[in-house]
Amino acid sequence: MTDLLLSRCGFREVFSTFSEVCCPNLSEWKGDFIRPSVFTMSREQVVVERARRAFQTGRSKPLDFRIQQLKKLQSFICERQKDITDALRRDLSKNEFVSELFETLVLEAELKLTISRLADWAAPRPVEKNLLTLTDEAYVKPEPLGLVLIIGPWNYPWALTLLPLVGAIAAGNAVVIKPSEISLNSSNVMEEYLPQYIDKDLYPVVTGGAAETQELLKQKFDHIFYTGSSSVGKLVMEAAARHLTPVTLELGGKSPCYIDKNCDITTACRRITWGKLTNCGQTCIAPDYVLCESVVQSRVLEEIKKSIKEFYTDNPKVSDDYGRIVSQRHFKRLMGLMEGSTVAFGGDVDESQLYIGPTVLEGVTSESRVMKEEIFGPLLPIITVDGVEEAIQFINDREKPLVLYVFSYDKKLIKRMLAETSSGALLANDCLVHFIDSALPFGGVGHSGMGRYRGRHSFDLLSNLRSCLIKQLHLERVNSMRYPPHNSRRLGWARFFLLTQISLRRLGYVLAMLAALSAFLVQKYLRQD
Amino acid sequence: MSREQQAVARARKAFETGRSKPLEYRIHQLQNLQRLFSERQKEISDAINKDLKRSEVGMQMFETLGLEGEIALTIKKLKEWAAPRPVEKNLMTLSDTVYVWPEPLGVVLIIGAWNYPWAVTVQPLIGAIAAGNAAVVKPSEVCVHTAKVMEELLPVYIDKELYPVVCGGVPETQELLRQRFDHIFYTGNSTVGKLIMEAAAKHLTPVTLELGGKSPCYIDKNCDLSIACRRVAWGKFTNCGQTCIAPDYVLCEPSIQDRVIEEVKKSIKDFYTDNPKTCPDYGRIINQRHFKRIMGLLEDSAVTVGGENDESNCYIAPTVLRDVKPEAKVMQEEIFGPLLPIVPISGLDEAIKFINKGEKPLALYVFSSDDKVINRLRDQTSSGGFLANDCLVHFSVSSLPFGGVGNSGMGCYHGRFSFDQLSHLRGCLIKQLKMEGVNKMRYPPHTPKKLGWARFFILKTFNLGWVGRMLLLAVLAVVGAVVLQKYLQ
Repeated sequence: MTDLLLSRCGFREVFSTFSEVCCPNLSEWKGDFIRPSVFTMSREQVVVERARRAFQTGRSKPLDFRIQQLKKLQSFICERQKDITDALRRDLSKNEFVSELFETLVLEAELKLTISRLADWAAPRPVEKNLLTLTDEAYVKPEPLGLVLIIGPWNYPWALTLLPLVGAIAAGNAVVIKPSEISLNSSNVMEEYLPQYIDKDLYPVVTGGAAETQELLKQKFDHIFYTGSSSVGKLVMEAAARHLTPVTLELGGKSPCYIDKNCDITTACRRITWGKLTNCGQTCIAPDYVLCESVVQSRVLEEIKKSIKEFYTDNPKVSDDYGRIVSQRHFKRLMGLMEGSTVAFGGDVDESQLYIGPTVLEGVTSESRVMKEEIFGPLLPIITVDGVEEAIQFINDREKPLVLYVFSYDKKLIKRMLAETSSGALLANDCLVHFIDSALPFGGVGHSGMGRYRGRHSFDLLSNLRSCLIKQLHLERVNSMRYPPHNSRRLGWARFFLLTQISLRRLGYVLAMLAALSAFLVQKYLRQD
Repeated sequence: MSREQQAVARARKAFETGRSKPLEYRIHQLQNLQRLFSERQKEISDAINKDLKRSEVGMQMFETLGLEGEIALTIKKLKEWAAPRPVEKNLMTLSDTVYVWPEPLGVVLIIGAWNYPWAVTVQPLIGAIAAGNAAVVKPSEVCVHTAKVMEELLPVYIDKELYPVVCGGVPETQELLRQRFDHIFYTGNSTVGKLIMEAAAKHLTPVTLELGGKSPCYIDKNCDLSIACRRVAWGKFTNCGQTCIAPDYVLCEPSIQDRVIEEVKKSIKDFYTDNPKTCPDYGRIINQRHFKRIMGLLEDSAVTVGGENDESNCYIAPTVLRDVKPEAKVMQEEIFGPLLPIVPISGLDEAIKFINKGEKPLALYVFSSDDKVINRLRDQTSSGGFLANDCLVHFSVSSLPFGGVGNSGMGCYHGRFSFDQLSHLRGCLIKQLKMEGVNKMRYPPHTPKKLGWARFFILKTFNLGWVGRMLLLAVLAVVGAVVLQKYLQ
């Protein structure tokens, strides 16, 4: 009777998962009246429970398993290129070159690096010892956190959802992957094919919208990795607080780009144009707006126009390399941002195609609409300032951005920018490419985010770096200085041991050198005989 | 504008002048802090004695000695820590300058605790100052006398606008938490930790939470029980058990329980005499509320050592409980008092299972002569810190990051970790406006050939560091061979 009811309602799968998770002896249920609680466990809860149980079996921990899963992820990217590319074409009008160049290439590099270095990263890390720990073992041991939630964005749905996944798997965790519903095709492809390659219990893909994400955020995780907007970032952190879950928030903001009059304006503008118009400006580290002196403004405009033509021809609408805005909502938002500013170049749009042409805006002030929020589109405001001092003031009047760009030959000026502003990262004389360098930690500060990842930083971020001190049950006399009854003499010894700083490494070098010297002298002496 | 708002606004203004950034300034402030501890020992000591009944020597040993070491280390190493940190280069960044640049975050809020008020409030302050921040210091109101002394003394020695002390209770703390900070460093309990993180979320402020939990202590039958128990007793009864990393409870096999109790009893006598109440080295419970709470924990367990108490004095004797069941009241929350439950278990397997049922603790202790036991316990559990064959002392190894995981906290500090925790480690890539030809591969119009080049540059990874080192070694070997040969001729 129970079985019939369940299969009629289509709840068989939910029930069997539920009972597997909560009630291994199914016979307990047979013949029982179905308690309402079966139906109150959401799909998200079930998935999270299953992932946690899978983690508790311990199978995600051995290095071999992690490497095997990472290799399967490599196969996934290689074998499913076409599915990935097709999805990106439909989501964001990216062609296969753009898809590979900006999404899967960086994933391949990250996987390659991680697989080759994992043994090194996961090994215990000895730390500098002091007088009191001379005979002990002291090290930091990386271990998995447990269950990680990754909430991906829609602009680079593959790169920015799977890059943290690489780190999470490498660190030995289980991971719930929640791709963005806005890049719907990519999300569907992920849901369909990823489980065919990597362990589907340990790394489930959960698709859905705001409701499903909220349900996920009610569950307990050991780390939440979110990429997206600052406003949602606050909600994610608030939800995480209820379980004392640490968070990494890769957010955004308005990334300023200062062009000094003392630089190769042609090259600078080409790089900025590339940085801005890749993915139609829908990049968290796109140069949001340009600051330059009025004396170079017309030259900057000229060079940007030239670069746009070079990249996308006279009619970007027909260029296969030029993208589209992701949705109607964002299209309308961007159209609204243009109000009140002068279009110096471009401005052509086609709502039916979600097309906004590369657009440069002039007459922009800090009060303009386009300066009130992160643009995330192909509009490039140029704001004139009186020099680097005013530029720094302008930048510091705003929230700390994810990246700060500066173009100049003048090293002193670059140093000044560095010293007098703050941002997630600083990139001089180019755009975007710091993201590709996995040796550099990537992340924001203030409203642009918290936590950093890429390469080894991802591994460390998603590990528990556990301090380990292994002492022996001898040399108890040394400890007498710390035991009561306390007296000044004992305190004196404690002061000596705790406050004496000797560099054991230097001591080691000195001893080694002395040993080498004495060996040499002894040898010399013996030869003379 | 409330008093708290004013203090924060003033600190932010002071930070914006830029004066906390130069290294000389930071070192100067740290040196002033050093002077505070060498010149004001008496006032610090008197206040601690009134709050927690700790002797002057005990106070130095457990509060200020660690701080002195930390300040000295920080002053010595600051230049190194604050310098740009070069990172490994790859094919694409060969001709570039790539490094991580530590910079101040801005205004840090430090909320201290009452159990080691100087140690846990000033240690993060050292890191905050070293990293070039302004810091609002909120000592715990529970240690009434020490909070007052902190409020009086700190402004006399360190910049009172950059590092204001704000005293008060819950309403004042809540008012502080409404303000915007660039980092919040909280030491205390998990319940309040959640509220702190929720408040921080509204401003997207990162947090460090040094919380607590029940730190288990497994005593293997295969070890020197006498030494083990002495170290456990010391770890437990220091500061009357009011230590975030005190061994909360002991797990051991029934066959050694009696011996463990015997040895702990012996150690208690060695440390605190037959009558700990009159011993100057034995402390008191911080206040009536905690006294009542701890006494309540005794209800359903068997006291085998100690148990004496005096409410008027907030005195609870060093107490050991035997045959404690997992359901007992004393096992339901962090004890934070001088009660040591012994929970008998059948062996290491059961101990691991027991530990993993609970939240991840701040510290995990194991006493054993068998490396296999130690490694197994380490590999099959998780905790902030792991210490074999002793208690507490990992706190004083500044090269080990100190912090929790899960319910026991997030973030870490001590030594260089304090500096890094309270800095923004900014990635910097300084490229040249030349070699534009190389960049062609990334510009539209995209072609398979360009993509091929991009694949080459991005996927070719080799460890330049290793190659560099090998080259250097080869050169040295050649030079060495030449010199030696010449000499031998």
